[in-house]
Amino acid sequence: MNVHEYQAADILASHGIPVNAGSVATSVDDAVAIASTLGGTVALKAQVHSGGRGKAGGIKLARTADEARAAAEAILGLDIRGHTVRRILVVPGVDIAQEFYLGIVLNRPARRNVLMASAEGGIDIEEVARERPERIVREHADPFLGLHPYQAREVGFQLGIPADKIVGFASIALNLYAAYVAEDATLAEINPLILTGSSDWVALDSKMSFDDNALDRHPALEALRDYDEENATELEARRSGISFVKLDGTIGCIVNGAGLAMATMDAVKLHGGEPANFLDVGGGASANQVAKAFSLVTADPNVEAILINIFGGITRGDVVAEGITEALSQVEVTVPIVVRLAGTNAEAGRAVLAKAGMIAVDTMDEAAAQVVKAAQKR
Amino acid sequence: MSILVNQETRLLVQGITGREGSFHTEQMVEYGTSVVSGVTPGGKGKTVAGVPVFDTVADAVNETGANASIIYVPARFAPDAIYEAIDAGIPFVVCITEGIPVADMVAVYTYVNDKGARLLGPNCPGLITPGEAKVGIMPGFIHTPGPIGLVSRSGTLTYEVVDALTRAGLGQSTAVGIGGDPIIGTSFVDALTLFQADPATEAIVLIGEIGGSDEEAAARCIAEQVTKPVVGFIAGRTAPPGKRMGHAGAIISGGTGTAAEKVAALEAAGVRVADRPSAVPGLVQRAIDA
Repeated sequence: MNVHEYQAADILASHGIPVNAGSVATSVDDAVAIASTLGGTVALKAQVHSGGRGKAGGIKLARTADEARAAAEAILGLDIRGHTVRRILVVPGVDIAQEFYLGIVLNRPARRNVLMASAEGGIDIEEVARERPERIVREHADPFLGLHPYQAREVGFQLGIPADKIVGFASIALNLYAAYVAEDATLAEINPLILTGSSDWVALDSKMSFDDNALDRHPALEALRDYDEENATELEARRSGISFVKLDGTIGCIVNGAGLAMATMDAVKLHGGEPANFLDVGGGASANQVAKAFSLVTADPNVEAILINIFGGITRGDVVAEGITEALSQVEVTVPIVVRLAGTNAEAGRAVLAKAGMIAVDTMDEAAAQVVKAAQKR
Repeated sequence: MSILVNQETRLLVQGITGREGSFHTEQMVEYGTSVVSGVTPGGKGKTVAGVPVFDTVADAVNETGANASIIYVPARFAPDAIYEAIDAGIPFVVCITEGIPVADMVAVYTYVNDKGARLLGPNCPGLITPGEAKVGIMPGFIHTPGPIGLVSRSGTLTYEVVDALTRAGLGQSTAVGIGGDPIIGTSFVDALTLFQADPATEAIVLIGEIGGSDEEAAARCIAEQVTKPVVGFIAGRTAPPGKRMGHAGAIISGGTGTAAEKVAALEAAGVRVADRPSAVPGLVQRAIDA
């Protein structure tokens, strides 16, 4: 789960990190009012769950109320990589002397959380990692003891931070780690972390993401969810225990198992089609789940045909077939359906499906070829 | 021969009285797996599919000599179940449970390794040595004994490939599902190392997917240490970046973890990579004949 910059900043502030505090506006007038209250130069920052805000024109400085109005008008409603800007964070302008990157993330190969820092702050850290990896300093946290203060200091010294600023830097790094752990985050990032002209540390931009599997032990995070930023169909799917990801193609996919669902999308592509979605209906593929899957897939007007790929393992193929037929009595589907059914009693299952007017086949390749053909015919 | 489980396996089922636990205990017993005991706190004295239930893993180990455990308990309790099994001295623990928070697994992984034990999963289908022991949730009947070692991050996709191999007359030494989470106990490299050392395994099939860099690590291991032929398949060539594809670990992040990178790494290590699951048996046959 992702949150907005201002929400991440609130969390980091509650862990003792000095952030550049401002207020959030949802209208131009509000933005101007906040700017006037703050006085002087302000920054107006688009709040969307996406990177690349600066390049897209989503971050602007304003010195006067008129400039603030112009900036807010330009930013509100802006499309940034498919995300519409509905909120603007207005913060005081800051005198930047030096910029750093500071982040904590899981290092999968090491199976540990890692503190990453760079003296190249304010720019895309992935670009730094790709092009100048030597400019990133890393320290892994012990799984049981966490990040030690000496590790945070060591990172600071390696970045060339002056001795009288090391304690402040280390405390921000340790507090960032504390916030990451306390909230079951998968990412906690300050970019840039700055030293101001008067030599104070300020977290100028904050970003956090959270482990979906841990959300039930952090009920407060649910209130931070921005439904405008999430795909409504994907959310609806999650509530039914279905994994769904919207794609741009025309072939709707309903599959049991995540790996097989990805392989099914790939097979559609291999046979000249484009998948409209990823969908893992779960293990059993019961009538209710399949009905839910049908309504999720058919909600997409681009879908020209549906491919159901079920490897009936322990669940019998004829039971799966009855389930699909039953699901079709609950949901109206007007596009052609191709079903690939394999496993126990698959033959009996395919007979049931064929009788109900579906194209039933026994291999994935044939199913992919048939569904692409069916979509093209329309 | 085989890897990790065989006729000597004496299996303990944690969460045996739950819906999943009891159903799959029946299935495993029916397959012929030696399931010697189960654990559900407060369940002492019950039996499931003829298997005696104990309150604690330590009791079950003392009474029945269990030497492997499989866990079917919900995500909230699964890390505790893993710790209980490891502390009772069980050397091999399979965790089927999906949805364990990553932070929990960071600690579990280190703990298990420090104790010198092995964890398979979580969020995995388990493993099977055909004709000897089924320790998991896979359909047993699609497997047949033979010389192919199979290791995969997926569940149903593994069944798909196993089924194709069996139909092509290519039986399996052991088929291992390592799981789709970001942190898993047994990696591709671990499984490859075991298959390389197993005299009954003549060729290896590796089924990967987008996310992480475990396939790239596998490619390095293959180039350096594996002399047996390896055939690969990578799912998710059409997956978009930044989206989790069902499995918690299946996500292309920061432009890394793509199928193309993994295919390239494996091919550079001499692995024959299939473009579709149905092409795997043909490539395996050619690899064996070569």
